[in-house]
Amino acid sequence: MKSNRISLTFSSLPQNVTIARMLASTMGAQLDLPVNELEEIKVAVSEAVSNSIIHGYGNSTDKIVTLELEVSEDNLTIQVIDSGCGIKDIKQAMQASFSTDPERMGLGFIFMQSFMDDLQVESSLGSGTKVTMVKRINRQHPSSH
Amino acid sequence: MGDVEDIFNNYVLDRSVSQKMRKRLERHTLHLYVDGELDMKTASQLKNMIDIDIDRKGIRTVILHMDNLHFIDSSGLGVILGRYKKLLPLGGQIRLTNVPPHLYRIMELSGLPKIIEFTQEETAL
Ligand SMILES: Nc1ncnc2c1ncn2[C@@H]1O[C@H](COP(=O)(O)OP(=O)(O)OP(=O)(O)O)[C@@H](O)[C@H]1O
Ligand SMILES: [Mg+2]
Repeated sequence: MKSNRISLTFSSLPQNVTIARMLASTMGAQLDLPVNELEEIKVAVSEAVSNSIIHGYGNSTDKIVTLELEVSEDNLTIQVIDSGCGIKDIKQAMQASFSTDPERMGLGFIFMQSFMDDLQVESSLGSGTKVTMVKRINRQHPSSH
Repeated sequence: MGDVEDIFNNYVLDRSVSQKMRKRLERHTLHLYVDGELDMKTASQLKNMIDIDIDRKGIRTVILHMDNLHFIDSSGLGVILGRYKKLLPLGGQIRLTNVPPHLYRIMELSGLPKIIEFTQEETAL
């Protein structure tokens, strides 16, 4: 597998969530990932980027989110980075149904965990959050759709 | 690469339809055709549309037609559950119809099918 990387830096605008997930899933499509896995990647990226905008930046639209995509060996690694408020208790934040917003269901991290092969969250209060997700590229089934 | 093309075609398609949702009012029932993508941007549009009709037009039954929904994430699911909670004390209900098979897994993971009625219908309109 040829290694490849793309970095996208964008304003914390809701419409950029679409662009971020399309870019990630397009990279997945070039790796011949099956369609259902492309859908999973779209959800995971959507969750991480939405979290940066909604929670990290409290919906302010003049901040910056970074999406890093990297293909190496048998992995597609996706990072979503913000320099927002950070997470006080990562373990608690990642629990099912936990949300600091009463209107939300606390599903984002559950989807990231369920749809990707690995999920790591680094965060510090006041300086930001970095979510790293990995999708394994199974080349046994080059085109199973 | 067919896949990549499809993805971009979908994207262009989604953009054009997700902004304006088709709707139909029938007595106290609101039918909404939720096409395209339901994420943080379009979910808040959906929320406003439904809440205005509940508050101002006395709508008590909301039916979301999802035949042409390509994508949903937690923001979309949260808005649906939120409308359920808003309608409950009013004696109302929300129903999802014709959810496409590729969205079954995320629906299942969300727990929504345990709370809200999912139906399958012949497509009309
Ligand atoms: N980038 C971030 N910056 C700051 N806080 C975050 C960030 N991402 C997540 N959080 C915190 O972690 C909690 C859980 O996130 P998760 O995505 O699982 O649920 P949610 O966003 O609250 O709800 P949902 O994703 O269902 O809309 C959030 O409520 C928020 O408090
Ligand atoms: Mg979230």
